[in-house]
Amino acid sequence: MSGDAAANPWQGERRESEPAAAFDALRALKEQGFNMLVDMTAVDYSAQGREPRFEVLYRLMKLDLQSGEDRGRVELHVKVPEGAPVLRSAASLWPIADWLEREVWDMFGIGFVDRPKIKRLLMYEEFQGHPLRKDYPITKRQPLVGPASGERPDNPSFNAMRPTVKYE
Amino acid sequence: MNRARKTFMLNMGPQHPAMHGIVRLVLEMEGELIKDVDVEIGYLHRAFEKHAESETWNNVVPWTDRLNYVSPLINNVGYAMAVEKLAGIEAPERGQYIRTIACELSRVTDHLTCVGASAMELGAFTVFLYLIKAREYLYQLIDNLAGARVTTNFTRVGGVKADLPQGFEEKCRDVFKKVREAVRDSDKLLTKNRIFMDRVDKTGIISKEDAAAYGITGPFLRSTGVAYDLRRAHPYLVYDRVDFEIPVGSTGDNFDRYLVRLAEIEQSLRIIEQCFKQIPAGKHSLDIAEMKNAYEFEDAGKFGDTALLKKYTAKVDQTLEGGGRRQHADVLNASRAAVLPAKEETYGSIEGLMNHFELIMWSWGIKIPAGETYVAVEGGNGELGFHIVSDGSGRPYRVRCRPPCLYIMAALPILLKDSYIADIIPTFGSVNMIGGELDR
Repeated sequence: MSGDAAANPWQGERRESEPAAAFDALRALKEQGFNMLVDMTAVDYSAQGREPRFEVLYRLMKLDLQSGEDRGRVELHVKVPEGAPVLRSAASLWPIADWLEREVWDMFGIGFVDRPKIKRLLMYEEFQGHPLRKDYPITKRQPLVGPASGERPDNPSFNAMRPTVKYE
Repeated sequence: MNRARKTFMLNMGPQHPAMHGIVRLVLEMEGELIKDVDVEIGYLHRAFEKHAESETWNNVVPWTDRLNYVSPLINNVGYAMAVEKLAGIEAPERGQYIRTIACELSRVTDHLTCVGASAMELGAFTVFLYLIKAREYLYQLIDNLAGARVTTNFTRVGGVKADLPQGFEEKCRDVFKKVREAVRDSDKLLTKNRIFMDRVDKTGIISKEDAAAYGITGPFLRSTGVAYDLRRAHPYLVYDRVDFEIPVGSTGDNFDRYLVRLAEIEQSLRIIEQCFKQIPAGKHSLDIAEMKNAYEFEDAGKFGDTALLKKYTAKVDQTLEGGGRRQHADVLNASRAAVLPAKEETYGSIEGLMNHFELIMWSWGIKIPAGETYVAVEGGNGELGFHIVSDGSGRPYRVRCRPPCLYIMAALPILLKDSYIADIIPTFGSVNMIGGELDR
């Protein structure tokens, strides 16, 4: 019922690649005319016990800049293990990849090589952990600390510094 | 004379009246000239994607309201379509028309907000009042349709919450007159206005190639001259049955984006009017002479038709005949695995009761077959996509929302570089940054 490319024009053809060959595959697709990186995201399959843990997904589109037609889509799936970064950054092919990679790093802790120092996109720099990983509990709370405050959540006196407010 | 130029840093936002609430720009300035921009987002991050993983399929719909909160109905429809794609079901025809009408109403409110707010930031407060007033009329229609102005929660997997309310078409006709008038007035006030033109004409220019490289879609891409619209590229719902134009610009500056949005308002209104002509007749307005069965009273109650409730007496039979009524079948798929049965069936038959509880009970609910899919709809700002992974349980394994305005925000540095600080206001206004969607 699902994943049928003919029935789903938004999804396009599904391809797979090894992490080491992913950048070359993307570059080849770019040369074939896939000029838009529509989306890039990841899925953490650790709750299903799959190895390697992550799957990074690039969604590409061939956009005709003259007629405005969508000339075909491709999604490239790359299985990525946890740990040291293995994927090469695609920011040299599509500049938007810079922000999307930052989001993937922020949410999943998947790093990229061959790019400037990666910064979190949505969370703040002092945030600990990567929230969209399946082992990050949804009920976990972290104190919101500003970069200038000098307060760190790992500092035992952190909570002691805050006055207790009572709401009545 | 070759004096060494010195640059300085300027911080704009997150609390700044022109930053629409929650975005921070760190500008490197040389006098009034912007040399570099660093965009910092995430101030409205609410963990939408994480929350979705712990909710049942239908319970995610209210969370999607909070994505683009000026066009929540489009988010509802996009998410429901993605889940239905995975489940292999579709909303019935009348439901599809209602969804199309809902989407286009939302698109108009989105564009009115964007044009109105950015005009206000340039000093045209009258235009803001005109357009927000027009938006208010549309919000009242949406309130009528979905029961809430902003937190609509309108779609269900397999259809929509309710049929069109009584007299909706006439109400729309009245409101559209007012909306068209407001748009015409704003057009007269702004389009040839010297003060407005000086600020928006030839500022914030982006080329087709840059827009594509940054993944920009929607009115922003169309202003550069690329007629890419998902409603035309991959017609979903009933967009292949209605006639509409795709307005495009030529230079890709702020003025073009303003014109494209104004023109799209008119096209959306046209689409709704055609939908009303084509929509298959369902028994959405109740006939007084037919008021006999209890379920018709219930429907009348849903439409707020209390006068009828007082006037007639209900005839109650043992099974209450709920499932056979058109009211339910018109807007919801027949799939018993995904759609709640009619209330009368729940109360009147044991099968209906079991069906209802299987869908409602904790850890039961709708079971979507394992797999993954991606469905995109044309949102107010561009391609709004939902990538959904299911593991066959009653909850989504992963929901990824592709927020269209994130891509435009990422391109903000190239839009602003080497322009003046005063250009930030119209350029940022034309981005139509919506924090709920950007930060999720």
